Amino acid sequence: MAPFEPEIVTTDGQLLPAAVPADAALSIRSATVSYGDKPAVFSVDATFPSGAMSAIVGPNGAGKSTLLKAALGVIPRVSGDVFVFGEPVEKARDRIAYVPQRASVDWDFPTTVLDVVQMGLYPRLGLLGRLGGAMRKEALFCLDRVGMADFANRQIGQLSGGQQQRVFLARALAQDADLYLLDEPFAGVDAATERAIIDVLHSLKADGKAVVAVHHDLATVREYFDHVFMINVRRMAEGPVDITFTTAALQSTYGGRLAATHLSELALSGAG
Amino acid sequence: MGAEFVQFSLTPMLIGVLAAIACALPGNFLILRRQALIGDAISHVVLPGIVVAFLITGVVATLPMLVGAAGAALLAVVLIEGVRRLGGIEPGAAMGVVFTTMFAAGVLILEQSDTSSVHLDVEHALMGNLESLVWFRADGWGSLFDPVALASLPEELPRMALACALTIALTLIFWRWLKISTFDEAFARAMGIPVRAVGFGLVTVAAIAAVAAFDAVGSIIVISMFICPPAAARLMTNSLSHQVLWSVAFATLSAVAGFALAGYGPLWLGAVNAVSAAGMIATVSGVILALACVFGPHARRLGEAAANSN
Repeated sequence: MAPFEPEIVTTDGQLLPAAVPADAALSIRSATVSYGDKPAVFSVDATFPSGAMSAIVGPNGAGKSTLLKAALGVIPRVSGDVFVFGEPVEKARDRIAYVPQRASVDWDFPTTVLDVVQMGLYPRLGLLGRLGGAMRKEALFCLDRVGMADFANRQIGQLSGGQQQRVFLARALAQDADLYLLDEPFAGVDAATERAIIDVLHSLKADGKAVVAVHHDLATVREYFDHVFMINVRRMAEGPVDITFTTAALQSTYGGRLAATHLSELALSGAG
Repeated sequence: MGAEFVQFSLTPMLIGVLAAIACALPGNFLILRRQALIGDAISHVVLPGIVVAFLITGVVATLPMLVGAAGAALLAVVLIEGVRRLGGIEPGAAMGVVFTTMFAAGVLILEQSDTSSVHLDVEHALMGNLESLVWFRADGWGSLFDPVALASLPEELPRMALACALTIALTLIFWRWLKISTFDEAFARAMGIPVRAVGFGLVTVAAIAAVAAFDAVGSIIVISMFICPPAAARLMTNSLSHQVLWSVAFATLSAVAGFALAGYGPLWLGAVNAVSAAGMIATVSGVILALACVFGPHARRLGEAAANSN
């Protein structure tokens, strides 16, 4: 199952992949993921910078979420390597926080809001470590950052979609990571929640953290993000939003799925 | 009264309680993972494995039975995959076909083979032989401190106690892994938790509990204890740890009340014979679940959640 690894081994035994920038928060190299016979992501190279907000955009079924999940090892890669701050992803798990799609879990699960946030502390606690008062306080503080402190003892099934998404973000904050990976964080949430989430993400960026989000709303890419990665099974474009998020790039990524007028509107909005 | 209770009721009741708890604990997680059917499946599939193990070794012992059950489970997985691919049908239907067929095959082998020397026949496979697990050497509560009497305890008691202790210990040790991989598998994987191993371990523990409980209490109790106490417990609370404690309480209550009702209930009603303890224990657990559905404080929560999410 071990993928072919074309790294160069230096004299001190360190693996040095040739084309991975050391300052990149997340680097994916020739990743291929497949469901059945058809590749969902094919031979993708992607580089997401540190200290920036990056968006992964592309049409439905283009492999946006798949790329993120495969990078984390949530689903298996057929091939490819993933580096987080220059280290193989398996060795950097404690530097990564992850917000899965809200719909991927059972919200009827018997647990409270605070309990879900405390799951973000599990790696630090281990299997049997005691969850003391300081940890509890930390979890409450994370809830407060997303404006959900008053809901700490609520059963999670009683939350609205937007509140569920905030709780997931609070759990990621509790992971106290350097790289935050979010899968469609704004899907199906109310405007107030979207605002709250983007404020938290911007404060993370201000603290020097890297944020990478699968994003479906093309209208807000320019407003929210610094860096964009455009995918349609293969990599279509990547780079700073200002120069990468263009009509031509959108045209090639979305093919005929977006009207030409809509495309130029999106590419130009916010660009002046 | 005391002496008679210790001699005829204490050990079967204890074995029933231990079996109920050993099955109910993994049942909690199977239900939350929408895998309740697996408990059902395990108890069906293990029968032919246990029978074949007996035919080969000639004894009813734990280790050969576990190996036989594991072999049967493996065969079941292969058959399910085969039926699913060749027939092009959904996994649930393939499981249903394979489990019932294997259980039926186990019953056939059992009927055709000479197992009269041991407690292994169709009736025992279904209902166990709880009533016969009495403690002959006991003559009162004092026997609990008498080494000679203790040595003659039915061997099912220490076996079931060991299985129950193992289940409790593994549930406690791997609590966080079980909880997070049941609630949010993707998140658990991203954290580096061996989600697949946790799932496999859970099914293995369920299988061990089922096999250990099998020849003492029969498959009726095994199936009902995997599902009824945890399902009733889920309706009593919105906390996983409380749910697990409730399920242990319900399992204990079912075993004790079921055994007592089976032994004494018919006499109260004027009938002469006692009824099957296994059947009554399973029935009591079903009644508890029904009551929890109607009166459980969180029985209506599921509908509310659906209404709130929009």
